Amino acid sequence: MIADPQQHGVEQRKALLYCMMRIRCVEETIAARYADQKMRCPTHLCTGQEGVSAGVGCALRSDDFAVSGHRAHGHYLGKGGDLRAMLAEIHGKVTGCCRGKGGSMHLVDRSVGFVGSTAIVGGTIPIGVGLGLSIQLRGTDQVSCVFFGEGATEEGVFYEAVNFAVLRNLPVLFVCENNLYSVYSPLAVRQPEGRSLCGIAGEMGMRAERGYGNDVLEVYAKAQQAILSIREGTGPVFLEFATYRHREHCGPNLDDDLGYQPEDERQLWLGRDPISRFQRSLLVAKTITDRDLDAMAVALQRDVDEAFEFAEASSFPEPTDAYEGVYA
Amino acid sequence: MSRVRTYAQAVNEGLHQAMETDQDVICYGLGTPDPKGVFGTTLGLQERFGVQRVFDMPCSENGMTGVAIGAALNGIRPVVTHQRVDFFLLAMDQLVNNAAKWHYMFGGQGSVPITIRLIIGRGWGQGPTHSQHLQAWFAHIPGLKVVMPTTPADAKGLLISSIFDDNPVVFLEHRWLHNAQGDVPEGDHRVPLGEAATARTGDDVSIVAMSHMTVEAIRASDHLKAQGIGCEVIDLRTISPLDWATVLASVRRTGRLLVADTGSRSGGVGGEVVARVAEELGDVMKCRPRRIALPDCPTPTSSALTLGFYPRAAEIAQAVGSMLGLPSGADALEAQRSGPHDVPGEWFRGPF
Repeated sequence: MIADPQQHGVEQRKALLYCMMRIRCVEETIAARYADQKMRCPTHLCTGQEGVSAGVGCALRSDDFAVSGHRAHGHYLGKGGDLRAMLAEIHGKVTGCCRGKGGSMHLVDRSVGFVGSTAIVGGTIPIGVGLGLSIQLRGTDQVSCVFFGEGATEEGVFYEAVNFAVLRNLPVLFVCENNLYSVYSPLAVRQPEGRSLCGIAGEMGMRAERGYGNDVLEVYAKAQQAILSIREGTGPVFLEFATYRHREHCGPNLDDDLGYQPEDERQLWLGRDPISRFQRSLLVAKTITDRDLDAMAVALQRDVDEAFEFAEASSFPEPTDAYEGVYA
Repeated sequence: MSRVRTYAQAVNEGLHQAMETDQDVICYGLGTPDPKGVFGTTLGLQERFGVQRVFDMPCSENGMTGVAIGAALNGIRPVVTHQRVDFFLLAMDQLVNNAAKWHYMFGGQGSVPITIRLIIGRGWGQGPTHSQHLQAWFAHIPGLKVVMPTTPADAKGLLISSIFDDNPVVFLEHRWLHNAQGDVPEGDHRVPLGEAATARTGDDVSIVAMSHMTVEAIRASDHLKAQGIGCEVIDLRTISPLDWATVLASVRRTGRLLVADTGSRSGGVGGEVVARVAEELGDVMKCRPRRIALPDCPTPTSSALTLGFYPRAAEIAQAVGSMLGLPSGADALEAQRSGPHDVPGEWFRGPF
């Protein structure tokens, strides 16, 4: 299904585009500067997957909770996480969101409900469910959103967490980004042919839907609908979005020379870029002009460059800070 | 006025007290609300505090540990109970990668105030996967606190302190202690984490012990006192962070160290205590330090195979005697024992 671009207001569509372009600008600037050796931690870029981050992020309220995994830049920014604190964290600075303790794979901004992302596949899925339990105990109408990749559905803890969320009718939105690869391992070596993740989630007792992750309006619409029903108390929802990562699993480079992604598949997905396709549809609908797009790109790059300057100019933590904060 | 309770009753009182004090305390685990109430420790909780705060759980140790972490990140204080430490090993990922590190790795944003109650034991055919003593594993992970109470009063006081501590606490209860009796203070009795207790005072040897081995050490100490040998028995109570000040002060005075560990010998807490004391006080020690621990071997099941497996008071007394070059009367101590070797007392009739 291709969502109707007229379905949402002009401002909403511009906000979704802005959110995607901002994430892309951050990721591509990291890629361009990574060789400077100032960002000294493993970094998993989400270029190509911005549709899910923007669509779900814009559908959540800032008091809703979100948790994520190792490829979390987009989820953090989509949820409203502070850009300067994220870049400072990747640079290992004391102004970073974890004061340099976490790096790219550990992002947090409690002020906007981004409770944390961690580096173990599937590790935050039960944590998102536990946040859902706390919401139920407190009796608020918040939602807990868990971002993970299709690889995490191969972990036992996914099933444990889903089972409990369904058992207790918890307000949890499970968002599975299916980008077909776990590092270099394709789905075919990890899951049997014809496996339906939605089928499994549905059989476990959740409403489950599959969507096209590179259509930001479709993601936004499905997320909005799911969040509404979760707030009404109808229990957890599972959304699976098909998407594709453009760059290597970890690092700034393209890795098409390795040949693990079939070239025709790669070209097909590069042609389905979530940002270009949305820009085209907005141009055709005359919601936006080429000049608007140019101006947005310039303004975004300026903001991102400014955030990099902040990160680079910030101080490193003191070496003795390493031994602080073991206990609360 | 004395107020005698069993260790299991003291745990139960501690849970009631904590849930009464703070409505953010919740309690769950396999069997938590069942008719036996985890050896009586969770009886009455669901009736008193309701199914939202006290509940059974799926057989999902790792997932439910993550659930506890997530709830804790929003201010809930979960107490999760597992009937055996061995069952909990499936949850090491959530415990080690998330609970222990969360506060540190997010630069102090958010803490994980969870208490994991794990039951350990020995004897009665518990065998290889129902009787492990893994306090050294937990103590090896920075960010975790590890608690092993010996007395009923400490069981209650340390449990309430664990629940209201802002860090993840692994709370290890020895099955052989559940029926032990002692005075238990009423109300919100708290014992600070990280402080050892001096269970017996003496000038000749410092015996550092934990959990059930403290009971064996006290038995040995009382016996040796009659032989004119003074043992200072230090009950660690908290394994991590360990109360080094108390341990070092005692050994500085006695000049002799014996550690009685419930765990296996290599890579254990006993070895750690010996190493640290040797590093700090090696020059002033009157004899080489010693440790008593389980053999580096899985636990066998048959009672015939456990005959010499678990160290007891007699072994402690004998070790002390040899450190001093004095007769210990360990044989007489051993002869005082009656009944089977693999139960804590006549009250223990199995099955576990």
